[in-house]
Amino acid sequence: MTTAPTRPPGTAEHTVSAVPSRLGALLRLRELPVTVALIALVTITTVVNPLFLSPQGVKDLLLNATIVIILAAGQALVIITRNVDLSVGSVLGLVAFGTGTLFVTVPGIPIVVVFLVGMLLGALLGAINGLLVTVAKVPALVITLGTLYIYRGLNNAWAGGTQYFAGDRPDAFGALSVDTVLGFPLITLIAIVVVVIVAVYLAGTRAGRDLYAIGSDPDAAKLFGIPVSRRVFLAFLTNGVLAGLAGVLYASRFNSVGATTGSGLELAVVAAAVVGGVAIFGGSGSVVGAAMGALLLTTITSALTALRVDKFWQEAIVGVLILSAIIIDRIASVRTARKLRISEARNV
Amino acid sequence: MSEPGSSTTRSSPVTPADKISSLDTRLIDTTKTLPTEPKGRTGAARILLGRDAIMIYLLLAFVLYASIAIPRFASPVTVGFLLLDVIPVLLIAMPMTLVIITGEIDLSVASIAGLTSALMGVLWESGLDIGVVLAISLFAGVVAGAFNGFLIAVAGLPSLAVTIGTLALYRGLALVVIGDNAVANFPPGLTAFFTSKIGATGIPTVMIGVVVVALFFGVLLHLTPFGRGLYAIGFSKEAATFVGIRVSRAKFWLYVGTGSVSALAGIYWTLRYSSARSDNASGLELTVIAAVLLGGVSIFGGTGSIPGVIAGVLLIGTINFSLRLERISDVVLIMVTGSLLIASVVAPSVFEALQRWRHGRRMHKTLPQVPASGATSATAPGVQERK
Repeated sequence: MTTAPTRPPGTAEHTVSAVPSRLGALLRLRELPVTVALIALVTITTVVNPLFLSPQGVKDLLLNATIVIILAAGQALVIITRNVDLSVGSVLGLVAFGTGTLFVTVPGIPIVVVFLVGMLLGALLGAINGLLVTVAKVPALVITLGTLYIYRGLNNAWAGGTQYFAGDRPDAFGALSVDTVLGFPLITLIAIVVVVIVAVYLAGTRAGRDLYAIGSDPDAAKLFGIPVSRRVFLAFLTNGVLAGLAGVLYASRFNSVGATTGSGLELAVVAAAVVGGVAIFGGSGSVVGAAMGALLLTTITSALTALRVDKFWQEAIVGVLILSAIIIDRIASVRTARKLRISEARNV
Repeated sequence: MSEPGSSTTRSSPVTPADKISSLDTRLIDTTKTLPTEPKGRTGAARILLGRDAIMIYLLLAFVLYASIAIPRFASPVTVGFLLLDVIPVLLIAMPMTLVIITGEIDLSVASIAGLTSALMGVLWESGLDIGVVLAISLFAGVVAGAFNGFLIAVAGLPSLAVTIGTLALYRGLALVVIGDNAVANFPPGLTAFFTSKIGATGIPTVMIGVVVVALFFGVLLHLTPFGRGLYAIGFSKEAATFVGIRVSRAKFWLYVGTGSVSALAGIYWTLRYSSARSDNASGLELTVIAAVLLGGVSIFGGTGSIPGVIAGVLLIGTINFSLRLERISDVVLIMVTGSLLIASVVAPSVFEALQRWRHGRRMHKTLPQVPASGATSATAPGVQERK
């Protein structure tokens, strides 16, 4: 497996002076490829079309990315434990529709309460996933594929042909995705706060580090005394809460919510995490990387429009990006493995 | 991960027991297997009580129930529409079974079908002969599958990530090829053939082709050394390599297989609905995988069979179709698929836990001096490995 971003450089670097090793650590950073790609994309687009980075352009970029950033951050938690959650699109749809219903059935409900209810519903749906995965000990891919269908079916049964539009919601709620602070839309600020909290939790707390250990080797983690089931459950629960939050924000951002809201989103979210350097088999990657991946994938859409590239090329380019992310990851891991082998041989 | 032999070796720890035996004769009993211990089924019982057989019984029971309870169910018209609906899933499920048995996955199948469909539309519009159009479209599927196979088998990249990438790539290429357009003016003779039935039976004529594909993959998986090797790969890649199975080569050809059959499904989809569009068959990949897993294939690889998968696909198709006849909304039906999928993987897990509990109790009864906690912890590692 490849190294985690915060892992200290290999034993061979001990003798080398500090500066190159810091540079080396920077070069080995898993978020580096996605950062470079993002900067290159924005630079090229701005050179060709200066309007791309106008305040309105930036605002649109961030608004488009917000929902996927939150989902990708949650998904990163789950993927790092060597699991996957395919049901996030359906959870988002259910919560978004629930938000619309709540505003219509309970007029004058405080917006904070709506956020809490949405996240609670998300937590419940995530907890069901987590329980099925940890108690029944069934692979997450299968369970969440099942709950993807079940949650979507619930949404269909609940919504039927009903749709709620922006007019059904209080203006203050819609304003969340219109008003800006320092050029950042409010919902994007919420997303950034969430990503920072999750990132700090993942990188700086014991429970967060445990997730990496579980993803690297579940059996070893168990022998080491890590409560594997509880941590994995927590990852699914957190992911559910984040998907719920994304659902509420979706209702604020987009004009209509209905039975099919958020369908097909799951693979885009997994793709964002993978592009952001989260290894699909767990154990490495970071929440910030996943969020950058989400930003990159959504920026491409706007960039292609700004560059006047045929819009039909967009999805193919996303595919190429995902494949390059995997290939870069593979090359890096092969090189790390070789380096480790050499340094081990030297130490013997 | 969990070889069938490992549980037997674990239940007879010879060396520690021998050491203890000189001190305490009572403990020798722990090495003896219990007389009522199930020994594993053999012969006819193994086939008639296996996972596949249960799936087939379920299917037959449901068809019987539906024929009696739902007025319009038992008619050639029903059979025809039901089969026409399940054919794409049934087709792709065949090579997908083989792929999942080796412990890999292919999420790009529906996109390959979409790409094939888009290509067909554009090539037909450009005035090529329909035979040439079909050949090129099928070849595109083979190439798409080979590209997957190259990245996974030769470059050694994880299949889940690679096929999410090619899922987007191939669907994107379909968009590039045909854009927003839809091509519908395929030769009427050909589109009529794809919805025609064999005589009065109601069975679509194309089912003959589907049966041929199913037979091909069934024979390949169950009756050839190549197929048996796939199970070995699913159990353990390293072990399979050491017994001389060419793991990379096998995987490469499997992905060529899924690509080719997905192209066939794309061609079928285009001609059945007489419409070539870039979003044809989108989202089908998850339906196919759900059906394959319901049919008894383990997502970790190493187990599963073609008859079980066929029964699984038909069961989902029949349940959906009969619920639709009962006027239950189409969109709610996906809950049935989801519930069946979860039930099919949770049930064995629950059953196993129950058996373990009964085993533990029996151990406790026959050997009162051995603490029950010791007996359960002896079996626990094997179970946790399986997840």
